[in-house]
Amino acid sequence: MEYEVVIGLEVHVELATNSKIFCSCSAKYGAEQNEHVCPACCGMPGMLPIVNKKVVDLGMTAGMMLNCHINRTTTFDKKNYYYPDLPGAYQTTQLFAPICVNGRVDIETSKGKKSVRIKQIHMEEDAGKLVHDDWRDLTMVDYNRTSVPLVEIVSQPDLSSAEEVVAYLERLRSLLRFAKVSDCRWEQGSMRCDVNLSVREKGSDKLGVRTEMKNMNSLAAITRAIEYETARHIDAIVNKTEELVQETRRWDDEKGKSFAMRTKETAGDYRYFPDPNVMPVVIDDVWYDRIKATLPEFPEIKKQRYMEELGLGDFDASSLVESRAFCDVFEEAYAECGLAKDVANWILKDCANLLNKKQMTADMLAIDGRALGKLIKLVADEKVGRANAKFILAEIFEGATDPEKIAEEKGFIVSNDTGLIEKVVAEIVAADPKSVADYKGGKEKAFMALFGKCMRELRGNCNPQVLRELLLKEIEKA
Amino acid sequence: MIYTTKKEPTYQQKAVALDDMILTKDSPTSAGSKMLENFTSLFDGTVVEKLAENYEIVGKVTVSEFSRGMLADSAVAALDEKQIKGVIGVETNGAYTRSAALSGKVFVKPTYGTVSRFGLIPVACSGDTVGVMADNAETCEELLSVIAGHDDKDGTSLPQEMIEKAKEVTPVKKVAIVKGFDGAAVESAVEKARAQGVEIFEVDGEILLQAKAAWAILSSAEFCNNVSKYDGVKYGYRAKGCRTIEDIYVKSRSEAFGTDVKTAILYGSHVLSSDNYEKMYDKALRVRRLVREYLDDLLTKVDAVMLPACSTANLSVNAISVYEESLYTAPASITGLPVVVASGVQWLGKPLAEGSLLAFSKQL
Repeated sequence: MEYEVVIGLEVHVELATNSKIFCSCSAKYGAEQNEHVCPACCGMPGMLPIVNKKVVDLGMTAGMMLNCHINRTTTFDKKNYYYPDLPGAYQTTQLFAPICVNGRVDIETSKGKKSVRIKQIHMEEDAGKLVHDDWRDLTMVDYNRTSVPLVEIVSQPDLSSAEEVVAYLERLRSLLRFAKVSDCRWEQGSMRCDVNLSVREKGSDKLGVRTEMKNMNSLAAITRAIEYETARHIDAIVNKTEELVQETRRWDDEKGKSFAMRTKETAGDYRYFPDPNVMPVVIDDVWYDRIKATLPEFPEIKKQRYMEELGLGDFDASSLVESRAFCDVFEEAYAECGLAKDVANWILKDCANLLNKKQMTADMLAIDGRALGKLIKLVADEKVGRANAKFILAEIFEGATDPEKIAEEKGFIVSNDTGLIEKVVAEIVAADPKSVADYKGGKEKAFMALFGKCMRELRGNCNPQVLRELLLKEIEKA
Repeated sequence: MIYTTKKEPTYQQKAVALDDMILTKDSPTSAGSKMLENFTSLFDGTVVEKLAENYEIVGKVTVSEFSRGMLADSAVAALDEKQIKGVIGVETNGAYTRSAALSGKVFVKPTYGTVSRFGLIPVACSGDTVGVMADNAETCEELLSVIAGHDDKDGTSLPQEMIEKAKEVTPVKKVAIVKGFDGAAVESAVEKARAQGVEIFEVDGEILLQAKAAWAILSSAEFCNNVSKYDGVKYGYRAKGCRTIEDIYVKSRSEAFGTDVKTAILYGSHVLSSDNYEKMYDKALRVRRLVREYLDDLLTKVDAVMLPACSTANLSVNAISVYEESLYTAPASITGLPVVVASGVQWLGKPLAEGSLLAFSKQL
């Protein structure tokens, strides 16, 4: 008998808003404990929720990227349960009229192309975090994450392998990052995934007993968890090793096993009801169209355009579309200088280096693309040397917008004054007869030493070709 | 009965009291519950800020636990004994309406959304309304005009231009009374109205009798959710000797909440459970809509609906339940329509008719 696995995913994504979903506290990651809290998000009586419109913007954007129908009237509901990281003892979420329904994500795996149906996307608030102090035998609570906005993306059970799950998650991540819905960072918990899995005889149209797995925080962990859980289900069915029950299980990646958390019978009743404090959000045509107009090209379409219209190679184009920020800077810089290949190089090598040094990710590139374009043009026109241009780029990274002005201030403008170059060359050659002799004796390196000295003396401001010719001429004379 | 947080009022024309459901940052707000004994808010309610500009807030009047009791008799006592101008209180379940009717005070429960709920200890959010109790309609009018107004901090607050309309006065010439609502003070009120030339019509408002059960379902569900946050973890009462988080929840809540509150929590949980949601909560929402539609339609034909404020029973003795008495107050609670209590009965109007109802009540 052959078996197949049926998987549906619930993916939580933290939205890239400045403030929380119902109050004006910062939603940024990485603050001191309980730094981003107010009476509203730590559950004091008397505060009322005011919907952050940006959350609705991003909820709609997510839906549009995933080909969803947008509900023009969307409402919030309360989900009741007790847990110390949930200060109000309820989570505001969407049950009855979620913002998006009936979408589709196209994926590609070794087995070919496939469409995964999206059941719905709903907006909700995140919970806080418990911090356990084993030494003092205490549990403390940090409310910074409380009420940080999320969308939960619920797929239909259309996935049938770990490979497909990974392809789906990577596609989601790419689309959502591209549309600036979220930074989707597994390691910071801004992207999380629960796996609903069941196993059935191949070809059967009846679903098997379903388990839900939580607590996987990387694609590798998700793959391991799916493989383990599939094997456990098949073992239970074939070898009757255990009776499968509908339950929620926690994945322990270190042990490589899943453990039962709660069964359907012991699960709480969430007592959902419509939140009377939040009026229905009505999305009119103006609002809908405004969001529609902000949607980016899909990454693969962008890539194709970069290759076909701008003449970039596959590697450069693929690397650029990894990051929306790269694409934005690339397009701005290209519009300024018209040198696609040069711009790609500057972004993928020099900008990437600077990001690395500052321990920033590609998505965090936030420089003035026009300034980069101007700089590239200065280099191409041989007005600024490459080494000096890198110095100017560092300034652009700090927010500078006018590279020509910096070049003038720093004395970086390449001199076309051959008289000055000749003078410097003569001095250097006269001062270093040893290198001259070495070069004439066949040591190519000695020439580079002399060339370097001249370049330093000229502070990089000369055309290397001109310098090379003048230096050779001077050496011959010597 | 009334506890004063500041000195005695310096001049009584500007002295007002708040009930203990309205949060103030310079004095405790306890909602009549051991759970919030000595709880002090970090912020003032919007009505407090508005009043503080020109009035002297002399203190708080006590309430039954989370205002779920039969009467708001502390408010009446404060008016009579402390010689203050008025009491600003949160009407959640008819207590102010009954007390005003029985004591001959005037009470206005304005249209839902005209007075901000920011800074109230919530009971049933879809019905909680800040109102004014005073000796006469003029004072109610004056204080209502101070506390009413749009508030960005309350998502259900109406736009300012709509709230302004509530000040407009159109004469009340036709009043409906409803079959099946036999209660106190009806005959004398009808007589007074007729003496002012008002035409009285009797209507068969069967659906209004259903408001009581529907409001009990909706309000206890919301109440159950609103008091869940009092879990002994963050503030308020925490039981001693707890070893686990379940201990903190169960013991703190068991020790701090009274029987009425516990009953409402159980009832609220019951109606929201997945087995009952459709047949109880959802049905109650549909009844709410029908009641509102019936009244909206009726109020295109008459200028006000007169309902008794309470039964003829003696409400001070505990023989009758708040639930039974809410027969009279539930239609206003569940719809958010404005009500003025005067001459011992309720005068209910269409949205934003409170100005007209107050003007009318002066003639009675």
